[in-house]
Amino acid sequence: MKRVVEVLKEKFGNRIQGSHQETVRELQIKIAKEVVIPAARFLVETLEMRFLFLFGSDARNISGCFHLHYVFSYHHVDQFIILIVEVRGEDLTFPSLAPYLPQANWQEREIQDLFGLIAKGHPDPRRLVLHEDWPEGLYPFRKDFIQNKKVPRVNGEYVFDRVEGDGVFEIPVGPVHAGIIEPGHFRFSSAGESILKLEIRHFYTHKGTEKLGEGKDSSHLLCLAERISGDNSVAHATAAAQALETLCGFQIPPRAQFLRVVLLELERIYNHLADVGGVVLDVAFGFGAAQLARVKEQLMRLNERLTGSRLLRGMIVFGGVRNDISDLDKKYLIQEIGKIKVDFDQTIQILWNVSSLMDRIQKTGIIKKEIVEALGGTGPIARASGVDRDFRRDHPYAAYQELLFMVPVFREGDVESRIKVKMQEVYESFKLIYEAVTGMPEGISIVETVPLKPLRSALGYVESPRGECFHWIATDRDGRIARWKIQSPSFANWPLIEYAVLENIVPDFPVINKSMNLSYSGNDR
Amino acid sequence: MFRILKKNIQVGNATASFEPHHSSASQGFLGAPEIEAAKCTGCGLCVKSCPTDALQVCDDQTKDERKLFLSYGDCIFCSLCEPICPHDAVSFLGKFELASESKEKLTLSFPFCLSECKKDPAFTSQASLPVKTLPTGSQSFSQGNFAPLLSMDEIGSRLKDKVKTLFGRSLHIREVDAGSCNGCELEITNLSNPIYDVERFGIHFVASPRHADMLLVTGPVTRQMELALVKTYAAVAAPKLVLACGSCAIGGGVFNGSYAVVGGVDRSIPVDVYLPGCPPRPEAILYGIFLALGTVASKK
Repeated sequence: MKRVVEVLKEKFGNRIQGSHQETVRELQIKIAKEVVIPAARFLVETLEMRFLFLFGSDARNISGCFHLHYVFSYHHVDQFIILIVEVRGEDLTFPSLAPYLPQANWQEREIQDLFGLIAKGHPDPRRLVLHEDWPEGLYPFRKDFIQNKKVPRVNGEYVFDRVEGDGVFEIPVGPVHAGIIEPGHFRFSSAGESILKLEIRHFYTHKGTEKLGEGKDSSHLLCLAERISGDNSVAHATAAAQALETLCGFQIPPRAQFLRVVLLELERIYNHLADVGGVVLDVAFGFGAAQLARVKEQLMRLNERLTGSRLLRGMIVFGGVRNDISDLDKKYLIQEIGKIKVDFDQTIQILWNVSSLMDRIQKTGIIKKEIVEALGGTGPIARASGVDRDFRRDHPYAAYQELLFMVPVFREGDVESRIKVKMQEVYESFKLIYEAVTGMPEGISIVETVPLKPLRSALGYVESPRGECFHWIATDRDGRIARWKIQSPSFANWPLIEYAVLENIVPDFPVINKSMNLSYSGNDR
Repeated sequence: MFRILKKNIQVGNATASFEPHHSSASQGFLGAPEIEAAKCTGCGLCVKSCPTDALQVCDDQTKDERKLFLSYGDCIFCSLCEPICPHDAVSFLGKFELASESKEKLTLSFPFCLSECKKDPAFTSQASLPVKTLPTGSQSFSQGNFAPLLSMDEIGSRLKDKVKTLFGRSLHIREVDAGSCNGCELEITNLSNPIYDVERFGIHFVASPRHADMLLVTGPVTRQMELALVKTYAAVAAPKLVLACGSCAIGGGVFNGSYAVVGGVDRSIPVDVYLPGCPPRPEAILYGIFLALGTVASKK
């Protein structure tokens, strides 16, 4: 990795202001603001690194400036590079990366809303996270903004992109939807039944979670992490716990690593099963939906029996896994997983021969590979469009390095491919659970933790059922949490839906939406 | 076709019976914390471990009195208080039928003699504990930002009791997510699966508030959902039953104190039944719905 710094220094000279191996896998490079765009493009285009995400932090009380962090992954050597840019003094602008890497679009708009830094040259600088009734000049993620401040409501207006022409009409949907789902607004422009444009407007469930985490102790932070996106409780808690553990530089016991795999895969199975069931329900095939819902309930009861919580909450803690698994529970788990697998298998066999289902899902909601790559799509959605990426394999964490599994990839990018990816992953997860449970080393599952080190930062990451989920945690001088950044897979994937629906008919939107199954709460935080 | 029939016959009837007050959770379920008064010394150590306002102490030096409060409305059932208790006074025994018509009933208080408490080596003074908002007692509907959108007869309607009997066995529910983490949605969706099958009770989830008798609201009510919630409430046909589902909906839960949340459904619209849980399990939601309908008697 030293080589990367040298290459950058050769190219950008003294505008590379320093580099520092923050953790085992993270190299931080300080870089001048004016060259961050060419440097980012150089890392992506020439060194073939992958741009993951970008976020801000208010470090004015430590180093007198705001920081921007650009996170890249280098999967050939399992390393991460974080470019750090200082935004100092009167000039609160930074150059926009969005014209070159469109996936930075929402991230830069989020920084604008929450920190009041301005992305110069951004193609779409409208409000994103904070809605129109939020007053100008108040930036909630700045340190001088008091957490529980009552902010007055002002009059404002949000302007949607318009498609004009003969026979074009708009269909506004949400934030309160017809089904039992989370709130968000969709604005369709359509001519006849075909969708010409979809604009999504979210962040109705913005709860200021990242700010709430500041100053919290680690056990309370994990309680909050479990509630970022309820059905991805384990994934978020694991990512946060890993960030804390990396920050302190300590290893959790090997048994805990395996237990985490079991929990993560249990979560993946019930999520994917629910998604397959959801798509089947949305095309009104009652038999399949009912069978899959029944199997899902069996899984939730299994979760409950093993952990006491139907959503597997409370198990992931800083320092390991809270409750160990008994031999009796191990046996029960393997037995139940075996039964559920047979049940799932039978249902799927029937489903895949039903033409009314196949008609609706084949060639529906196609997302092209180029779109996925440009917008930084992740998870099953990316894998259904031919992007072969999985953090469990590319940047192994927990005990994944010691387990054997396949990463299913399909090329078509339609609803069917996404469902196929999820189904295949369910089978892989069954295998992984079996392997992890039988191959688990003896020993303790949790160790005494140490206080957080002051002025450090670390990245935690998990391949959640929806895709890559990152938590970045930084501490202040007293070792308290100063900044908690959550990059949920839904935040990366939501913009994809605007492309997935194009040229499809409006009634297919629910099916497309369900096949992607994005979390609103995970996105809005 | 034959394979579908075969599978249906193989599976048989999956629906579980549901008896309020008699239903028990499946094995392993933690449920709500219970404090054993005989073992508890009032040391206050558990208050420190609690991530929300669910556990708190209030000391009165002049009366030499300490009160320990346990609020099921604020509890997120994380069970962090169980291992920290030096006297094994906190236990989780799978209790989940907690729904209640008032917040008051959800808060238990345990009185102690302060000087006795101090004898315990684990004693934690109130000053060393995080500052929390104490239960305010009979707080119910406080008019929020969009109160002018609600007409007074809607707020003060006492029609409800009468209408409850008129509903008979049918209830139409509109679910509104006012910023939840989607945990509650997941459990509400599970109500429609073959095991819980709410439709057998005549309970139906509808697509529009105009078709609904009841709003089932989840989430802490985010600032950006407040207007949508109030407008949805305004669209429901009178007498407008409201069920606040989950800790967030009752008092903000883990999100309490954020600039972006209002902190409880009753800060925006009037609530009839409060339903603790994080998330409440499907049987607990059913129990709450029945309680709102008056088909089950409330516990004392």
